[in-house]
Amino acid sequence: MGEVLSVSGLKKTYEVKKSAFSYKKEVVNAVNGVSFTLERGQTLGIVGESGSGKSTLARCILLLEKPDYGNIVFSGVNLAGITHKQLKKLRKDMQIIFQDPYSSLNPRVKVYDAIAEPVLFHKIAENNQAKDLVTEILKSVGISEDFFHKYPHEMSGGQRQRVAIGRALAVNPALIVADEPVSSLDVSIQAQIINLFMDIKESTKISMLFVSHDLNVVRFISDEIIVMYKGRVVEAGKTDEVFYQPVHPYTQMLIDSIRGGFLNRAGDDAQATGGCAYYPRCDKRQSVCSGEMPELRGDAEHMVACLF
Amino acid sequence: MELLRRIRKHHLAMAGLIILIPMFICALFAPFISFHNPVEPDLKSVLVSPSFSHPFGTDTLGRDVFSRVVYGSRISLLVGFVSVGIAVMIGIIIGAISGYYGGVIDEVIMRFVDLMMCFPTFFLILAVIALLEPSIWNIMIVIGLTSWMGIARLIRAEILSIKSKEYVLAAKAMGFSEYRIIFKHVLPNALSPIYVVATLGIGGAILTESALSFLGIGVQPPTPSWGNILTQAKDNIEVAWWLSLYPGLAIFFTVMGYNLLGEGLRDIFDPRRRYQT
Repeated sequence: MGEVLSVSGLKKTYEVKKSAFSYKKEVVNAVNGVSFTLERGQTLGIVGESGSGKSTLARCILLLEKPDYGNIVFSGVNLAGITHKQLKKLRKDMQIIFQDPYSSLNPRVKVYDAIAEPVLFHKIAENNQAKDLVTEILKSVGISEDFFHKYPHEMSGGQRQRVAIGRALAVNPALIVADEPVSSLDVSIQAQIINLFMDIKESTKISMLFVSHDLNVVRFISDEIIVMYKGRVVEAGKTDEVFYQPVHPYTQMLIDSIRGGFLNRAGDDAQATGGCAYYPRCDKRQSVCSGEMPELRGDAEHMVACLF
Repeated sequence: MELLRRIRKHHLAMAGLIILIPMFICALFAPFISFHNPVEPDLKSVLVSPSFSHPFGTDTLGRDVFSRVVYGSRISLLVGFVSVGIAVMIGIIIGAISGYYGGVIDEVIMRFVDLMMCFPTFFLILAVIALLEPSIWNIMIVIGLTSWMGIARLIRAEILSIKSKEYVLAAKAMGFSEYRIIFKHVLPNALSPIYVVATLGIGGAILTESALSFLGIGVQPPTPSWGNILTQAKDNIEVAWWLSLYPGLAIFFTVMGYNLLGEGLRDIFDPRRRYQT
């Protein structure tokens, strides 16, 4: 065991111009003080509706976006003050799988070459052994040899996502960040891809950060879950704890929505009052909620940011 | 070939090719197609009207106009391809740097492009040729150096959209070198609009060369070029119509061929128009 990834106080803000003619800028807190740790071989699920900052968080961890504040410690190295050269070495240890398999593969690179390129670039295998390794990787993600010399546009979404997963596995990473990896696939394919993730989880020591808006997908694969709302963590803990005993009204609503409930977004655009970010939408709100931002409280098993 | 198959289906592009392919054949096999020497005067047959032995007639020095037009196609082809080749190379390099690095570099390069676009190109070419000696190589270089701006802008715009695509992010996450990301993952996907602009550009370059040669500062006689055949023709237009008609038609059809092919390629590469033809 041991920590692979530890994130503390991560913040990322974007400035959005209000209109083309004004100088006024609106600051959007995409990620607002997120902290968590991820143990080796564990899978952490990050859940939240769209706009909750989960994808930004995923991209910040891989330094594809530069975080504004906070520390990211990956394999004992703090990524905040890292040099270009050190980062280059670390890159292959953390990989990302994107949501849309239609844009995550270079349309001009054949399947075999998409996997072979990182293998050869990082010298994972010698030239003469590379072919065997690539074949092995592609077979392990369920791509048969008939597809090795096809272009991405000749394959289905599910197959492309398999290739994208294979590409991430090719460099033997310690961490894979999967950013909504099944959201753009249809339901029957989703199940297959989730099974593939389960296989990877069982057969390797790779830690995973599994980002999704669908709590139902995340709970199958995660050991722990973080629920995010408007850039903040509102509830975190062991998967069973969060899923079967949700405390935060937002988590409760997400779980209701799986069972066919209505995802109530009324009040989502309301201005922040300095109190709980969920206050305008909460069905259990009380007057104290609008004045005080609740802290994340609880033990390692289950933490929640709600006054009640 | 997927591209050829699509061109065959597209009537405009196909019309362009049908015009251009005989032109290529003429240029390649000029010595076998024309039976007269294009530069040697034959004073016994001056200004002969079109006949079986001189299908396009002869000029004031008795040279066969058909041979001169056929050899002239070599010049046009050479000027078209080389000058556009130069423009494409400069355009791709400058556009790629501008688009990929962005920020101040992009701003500086784009203002320079704006500056270049403000020059009246044709007069710039006239000035440069007046300073240097008029030769076909100088013409090609100058045309190339004054027509890369559109291509640079196009490449920049393509790269701006491609560099935020997820496969480029994935390549970054892989830790690939910038060189590899630019040349393997970004540029190859940005090139398809270049075929269109380059094809249209060849037509433009041929026109520019003809104009320069017509004004006497392009290809120098006795080397035949469509432009300088026309120069000679203008003095005899009342007595020898064939002298201006045939090289004029040659320019017209060649430029039209490139424009049709270019328009066709634009339709073929644009996915929104793909299924209309």
